[in-house]
Amino acid sequence: MLKYIVRRVLTMIPTLLVVIFIVLFLMNLTPGSPALNILGPDATQEMVEELNHKLGYDRPFFVRFVDYVVNLVQGDMGTTYRTNRSVFKEIVTRYPITVRLSILVIVIACCIGIPLGILSAVKQYSFFDTAGTVGALFMACIPAFWLGLMLVLLFSLKLGWLPASGTDHWYSYILPALTQAIPQSARSMRMTRTSMLETIRQDYIKTARSKGQIERKVILKHALKNALLPVVTMVGVDFGFILGGTIVIERVFSINGVGTLILDAIQTKDIPLVTGCAVFFAFFYMLVLLIVDVLYALIDPRIKARYRGQKA
Amino acid sequence: MKKNAGNPERRRKRNAFINRDTWRRFKKNKASLVGLILFLIFVLFMIFADVIVPYSVAIENNISQRLQPPSAEHWFGTDAFGRDVLARIIHASRYSLLMGIVSVVIGIVCGSVLAAIAGLYGGIADRTIMLIMDTILCIPFMLLALAIVAALGSGLENLLMALVIASVPIYVRVIRSSILTVVESDFVEAARSLGTPDRWIVLKHILPNAIGTIIVQATMSVGTMITWAAALSYVGMGIQPPAPEWGAMLSEGKNYMLQYPYLVIFPGLAIVLCCLSLNLMGDGLRDALDPKLKD
Repeated sequence: MLKYIVRRVLTMIPTLLVVIFIVLFLMNLTPGSPALNILGPDATQEMVEELNHKLGYDRPFFVRFVDYVVNLVQGDMGTTYRTNRSVFKEIVTRYPITVRLSILVIVIACCIGIPLGILSAVKQYSFFDTAGTVGALFMACIPAFWLGLMLVLLFSLKLGWLPASGTDHWYSYILPALTQAIPQSARSMRMTRTSMLETIRQDYIKTARSKGQIERKVILKHALKNALLPVVTMVGVDFGFILGGTIVIERVFSINGVGTLILDAIQTKDIPLVTGCAVFFAFFYMLVLLIVDVLYALIDPRIKARYRGQKA
Repeated sequence: MKKNAGNPERRRKRNAFINRDTWRRFKKNKASLVGLILFLIFVLFMIFADVIVPYSVAIENNISQRLQPPSAEHWFGTDAFGRDVLARIIHASRYSLLMGIVSVVIGIVCGSVLAAIAGLYGGIADRTIMLIMDTILCIPFMLLALAIVAALGSGLENLLMALVIASVPIYVRVIRSSILTVVESDFVEAARSLGTPDRWIVLKHILPNAIGTIIVQATMSVGTMITWAAALSYVGMGIQPPAPEWGAMLSEGKNYMLQYPYLVIFPGLAIVLCCLSLNLMGDGLRDALDPKLKD
């Protein structure tokens, strides 16, 4: 198992390199030189050329790419154009907010979506199932940023119960987390329901029932573990969407996380900051996918046995 | 190939996704029919927007009429520039639906070609394509789309390109897995052993059999793309004012939402209803095309 984790960590390196390449390449396509963006339209040609030379933007693209990678290995992600601060420090001071928010979203979504999905499947065709399925379909269609605006309108501006922006208190996270967690829990519920319905029709469930096993045990002990496998995969994949969504949600709630940082950086064409934030998001997402893969192996004994077989 | 053209079995397989049974099964699902009707209403708005209300009403400022609440004259009220909100929502359906449909069509075509190459040839072609796609998938969709818009600049065409590039890997993954199940079929092996050229196998055997998955994926994706395009416009990276777009309308309306909540409620509802119609249709199509439910 350890060998597998090490191998998966190593495969993250080429992926990160390609991510850096894609982001630097896209930033390279951005019209206007970086020096012109920093100095403004009043700068003379000489000043622009001098600053471009100082920043290294007069060198070929591949040389800059290799330089970036070499510096990154040494822990240097460059300095921002706007504040001249270290990109690494900028990200380090803000990443806890983004990580906290995304983890909170996934936890809330799983806590709501998975139990509701199980109940819906177990009580198929009941009123609860129909209401749940219709509700989940509707919820899954709501864009998170609009839901955020509606929640702010109701709970912050009209009722005054919760803050509309910032992350000063623990309760400041409630609205932004719910904003993303509600549509996500609807997706988790639909997925769990489908997976559970398929599982409870399997022969081994019929066997367990015919042996006289009580229904709760059949569902929790036999069906749930097998039904959760595709749900775990989906949650991992959806995490990418949650991270992407966090960028917009941070803007809706004026949260100073990495999402707001990258949006501001893109608007001011701050290349080192955009690249640094992109590397952070890609690394974080890959880490989550790795955890999901390991979890998958832990839940499914068949996969665990396969790794053991490889080891042997 | 010509001698096989009249083969009823072959024709049945090719047209499996558009036959009467599919429509009969689709029709049985009332929710899907509601979705279809709702979607057709949006399509009618898109086609006849200029007939329903002139474009000038949606974009020209009319300060004397600013921030009027919903009334008989302005059903959905007016915005901070005095523009009719309903007129803007109707004309925005053009941008939003166009972006959703066109980006999905281009994305699905590109995705199908890449998936067909990967699925049919396997080996190094499959590994290379999937490695590139999986790497792109490691970049969150929104982040990639934002970076592409930042590189190319905002505007309809660039937003479309961003949505296509960011979504192709998702389509390749889904279509490839569907193609792989067809590639192993006896009829593909038979066609190969008869010496049928690869492109003919893809066009005549593989794609028609994988088309069900592709159609369902496409229907569901249009809604997703509309939402993402609205999100990009909301953060100021998509359609630029004064052009009407649902996401951009939400962004403009949020500053006034305490006193004039209709400015954010109606454009948001338009997005929700459009996505809901597409998802209902997608669900119905999936059931109608499910081979397990066929005779």
